[in-house]
Amino acid sequence: MLDDFMVRAALAGVGVALAAAPLGCFVVWRRMAYFGDATAHAAILGVALSLTFEMSIFPGVLAVALIMALSVTALSERGYAMDTLLGVLAHSSLAFGLVAVSFLSGIRIDLMAYLFGDILAVSRLDLLVIWGGALAVIGLIASRWSSLLTSTLNEELAYASGLNPKRERLILTLALAITVAVAIKVVGVLLIAALLIIPAAAARVLARTPEAMAVIAAIIGSISAIGGLRAAYVIDTPAGPSIVCVAAVIFAVLGVFARRRRVTD
Amino acid sequence: MLRQSEIMSLIEVKDLAITYGANTVLHNVSLHLNAGEIVTIVGPNGSGKTSLFRAIIGAAEPARGKITLQPGLKIGYVPQRLHIDPNLPITVDRFMRLTERVSPDVCQKALEVAGVPDLMKRQMTQLSGGQFQRVLLARAVINQPDVLLLDEATQGLDQAGSAAFYQQIESVCRKSGCAVLMISHELHVVMSASDRVICLNGHVCCEGSPAVVASAPEYRSLFGSGTGGALALYRHDHDHDHHHDHGHSQEAAE
Repeated sequence: MLDDFMVRAALAGVGVALAAAPLGCFVVWRRMAYFGDATAHAAILGVALSLTFEMSIFPGVLAVALIMALSVTALSERGYAMDTLLGVLAHSSLAFGLVAVSFLSGIRIDLMAYLFGDILAVSRLDLLVIWGGALAVIGLIASRWSSLLTSTLNEELAYASGLNPKRERLILTLALAITVAVAIKVVGVLLIAALLIIPAAAARVLARTPEAMAVIAAIIGSISAIGGLRAAYVIDTPAGPSIVCVAAVIFAVLGVFARRRRVTD
Repeated sequence: MLRQSEIMSLIEVKDLAITYGANTVLHNVSLHLNAGEIVTIVGPNGSGKTSLFRAIIGAAEPARGKITLQPGLKIGYVPQRLHIDPNLPITVDRFMRLTERVSPDVCQKALEVAGVPDLMKRQMTQLSGGQFQRVLLARAVINQPDVLLLDEATQGLDQAGSAAFYQQIESVCRKSGCAVLMISHELHVVMSASDRVICLNGHVCCEGSPAVVASAPEYRSLFGSGTGGALALYRHDHDHDHHHDHGHSQEAAE
């Protein structure tokens, strides 16, 4: 079954969608959308470094994404405005990454594959990495769900309940870095944030509780992955962007539906 | 009875200082909260009231001094403001069980006690200001805390609403024996329910029974004497059963 590249692609897409759903909810609730973006952009630098040192992409991207996320967190605590900080770090790390890639003589790399993903080229080993990473992220978030949720709602409330919001933020940062590292092959650097945010945003209108929102986001993400791949196959479009397009259409349809429901209420 | 509880303070703050960069917001603050006591902290804006609370719950690191909580102390906390992102769907019911595993029955009871029995299935973001504050209160008392911390908990309520809110707190806490430490700017409203008042302005200006603090020169220089008249209306509540030692209230001021 895994011999079929479409099956591997679908499994890869669903794996990423499942990890991105609960994490994407927190990204939306904490207004960290650009944080996800910045972490993803830094990943290109990770790709360049991995190729320079001739190691596999995953650990390099994971390391750079993590460093990026941690430095954003550290700098924001020193009082820099978050959006300015992210604007500086996201685009400069992308630029440095692109410049670094250009120094790599002898190795011909397909930059487009990292910017937009190459889900159809997913190997069995990639699948293992993606599902391993996805399960790690889901496990991490599920095991600390209430603490993460309380810290997201109000830090003082979390402190008063004996939690440490700083540690919870670190956990989200780690989960974000892992997700970026496993998703880079599937949707690429430029569209990772889309896969985090759009399913969660679409799920919002259907959900009454935080848990329901995460589950619905996972369903919407999986439908987008499979639907996007199907569309890519049938009408011969690039796979990664097609996945994001399907998610965007679902978001728009649900948005209209929600507005109508509110009117008739 | 009071003597005994003074030995076992729930919260003991000793010589606390808190700084943000070069800015010292609190210095030489010492205070304590005994079991079952209702203590109000008053002070002008920027006097370090919220910083004191943040230090007590562990959200702010003391630059100097020490905060000792009774081991295993359960704190119910009502924040000054709680903004819920409109993208975060959460029912009252789910919010109540955020950190405590309790049955729906217990949730319902807590909401009834707080005076909002019909909100269980409502979305938090659709509540009015008063309903929201009462749900926060219900959540804070759901696990029978030893002490309730209220940081200007009646923001957004009108005067009648906040008077009723404080009466509710007083009746809940007198019944359960839960101590209360609260910050308020509505002096005349809270004072009627307080055993002790601590006037804070970077340091403890003065402290004692509501009547003593209201007539203290340090308090009057901060707030003027305008609230004295309103306080007089409540003074009759306080002329009987408070056996605290107020001798230290004057020397505590600098």
